[in-house]
Amino acid sequence: MAAIEIRDLTLAYGDLKVLDRLNLDVREGEFVVLLGPSGCGKSTLLDCIAGLADVTEGQVHIGGRNVTWEEPSARGIGMVFQSYALYPQMTVRGNMAFGLRNAGMAKSEIAERIDRAAMTLQIEPLLDRKPAALSGGQRQRVAIGRALVRDVDVFLFDEPLSNLDAKLRAELRVEIKRLHERLGNTMIYVTHDQIEALTLADRIALLRGGIVQQYADPRTIYMKPANLFVAGFIGSPAMSMLEVVTAGGGTLRLGETVIDMEGYDGSVPAEAGRRLILGVRPEHVAIGPETGSDRSARVDLDEPMGSDSLLWLTLEGQTLSARADPDHGLTEGDQVSVRLDPARASLFDAETEIRL
Amino acid sequence: MSDSARSAAADPSGPVPTGPRPRRRVSRGNVMLYGTLIVIAVYYLLPLYVMVVTSLKGMPEIRVGNIFAPPVEVTFEPWVKAWGEACTGLNCDGLSRGFWNSVSILVPSVVLSIAVSSISGYALTAWRFRGSETFFTILIFGAFIPYQVMLYPLVILLRELGLYGSLWGLVLVHTIFGMPILTLLFRNYFATVPKELIKAARVDGAEFWTIFLKILAPMSLPIFVVAVILQVTGIWNDFLFGVVFTRPETYPMTVQLNNIVNSVQGVKEYNVNMAATILTGLVPLTVYFVSGKLFVRGIAAGAVKG
Repeated sequence: MAAIEIRDLTLAYGDLKVLDRLNLDVREGEFVVLLGPSGCGKSTLLDCIAGLADVTEGQVHIGGRNVTWEEPSARGIGMVFQSYALYPQMTVRGNMAFGLRNAGMAKSEIAERIDRAAMTLQIEPLLDRKPAALSGGQRQRVAIGRALVRDVDVFLFDEPLSNLDAKLRAELRVEIKRLHERLGNTMIYVTHDQIEALTLADRIALLRGGIVQQYADPRTIYMKPANLFVAGFIGSPAMSMLEVVTAGGGTLRLGETVIDMEGYDGSVPAEAGRRLILGVRPEHVAIGPETGSDRSARVDLDEPMGSDSLLWLTLEGQTLSARADPDHGLTEGDQVSVRLDPARASLFDAETEIRL
Repeated sequence: MSDSARSAAADPSGPVPTGPRPRRRVSRGNVMLYGTLIVIAVYYLLPLYVMVVTSLKGMPEIRVGNIFAPPVEVTFEPWVKAWGEACTGLNCDGLSRGFWNSVSILVPSVVLSIAVSSISGYALTAWRFRGSETFFTILIFGAFIPYQVMLYPLVILLRELGLYGSLWGLVLVHTIFGMPILTLLFRNYFATVPKELIKAARVDGAEFWTIFLKILAPMSLPIFVVAVILQVTGIWNDFLFGVVFTRPETYPMTVQLNNIVNSVQGVKEYNVNMAATILTGLVPLTVYFVSGKLFVRGIAAGAVKG
């Protein structure tokens, strides 16, 4: 068990800064997900924590110890990779024993640890097979086992489920969560899949361009995105962004429509005529006559998604999506009354893109 | 057993193919194709045939002049003479001396050049350092410079090192000249190995040598086979370095063969010359025949990612 502190971490290749003065604290036993689009530096950050990349500036502390220049094996970490990275010429047992042998551990102790880890992960029947004879899911289990036997304080996962099909991914996701609950280790998990991030994380660090955009628990990230980028990245279907101007007295004007922001948890600028962006998630847009709203929008498109239906609407010339009951009975061109929930919306400054 | 399984078992032939039966291909195109191939094969095999036939004849029979005729009286005398009695200069112990010289040049050269190049290739892929690309470019550049250009400087270099004329001097030369191509070969092969594998090994506490010896090398058997074949044939067939960097008593087989065949004194013993030539070519031939399949597989493995 160990807390991790990252202090002003910079990693640059020449002029290109992959990570830029990045700070991150991970509490003992916490499950933190590093989330972001490709090339945001999340895997590089993980490599820095693991000691696989040489940092340009800054420090990494694990368990209160400055490990910035320690070898990966001396940091008390175990790592699981996207491509499994199993040694193809060794059996499953050999793969799991490799790190322990390098550490000079006694044979009996190695055997005992492998048996224990194999039992935990239910891979006992596979121990004498080569990786080539395993399925993707089994390989990733073995890769987790290889980290498990080393009895480390911190687990690092680098997109471990990205190579698996959707069903297996969901299964292993649950398994990783269970593992975390049982072991209580500190875990850092890199992914570009927001579902994995939202389901697994205690806290999510959302990265872009080597900078942490927001570091908060999944609920906060989803409900109160710190800026437009976070708002757009998290949530599928995506949040609708409406261009509005302030109308004074806590109200906004969307074209001719006035929206009362009563109940919004942030601050609505008092001066009138300031340009803002109103972000509304599809499930926070209510439609139909029972909403009692006098605003009406035109139905452009209906996307049935099984459990519910995504309606694309035009409100005052702007596009808005709403999550509706699949039996809504509306067709293209219909007018329907809509109601936005100000308490669960987000308001962003149009220039700085920061949530107000 | 379920019903469907039983009915499947009752009809082992499975679905019946439909459409016209495919005709056997003795078409004009095939006759042309195989005819051409056979003619070309014969054309290339003819010199070998002449060599074998001549080496089995006695000198009186050769003087008759029918080089394509099979031997009337088969004799292995020329082979024995080529191996153990033919004279070059003052030595009259045949090619056997050259053979053993070649072996003692070949073994350390192959081992050393492959060891050095594979480690260089590994370092250049897995442990990039500042200027490693420049280093690699310079190394590859070496492959395009004609050997003859470097001959004289090398002689001076070896003389200064006190290695000139010794077997180890020649071993060093072969190792150096093997490096560009072999390093390229190994580097490209190792580049196909996922980076994450090396990362995983580092997390597992393996350092430079452990990663190479326990992880990378055992995975890369095909490319080592390719390298061994290239080096064995290349070094065995080498004449230039052999004649420049050794003394008569340490001449490799190729140089000795030349001295036997090109000797200007006495009668030209064509049968002995033929036998000596075949004997010299036997090692690379054997290597090809034994490892041909592995060779192709190794080359292909470098191209196709697993």
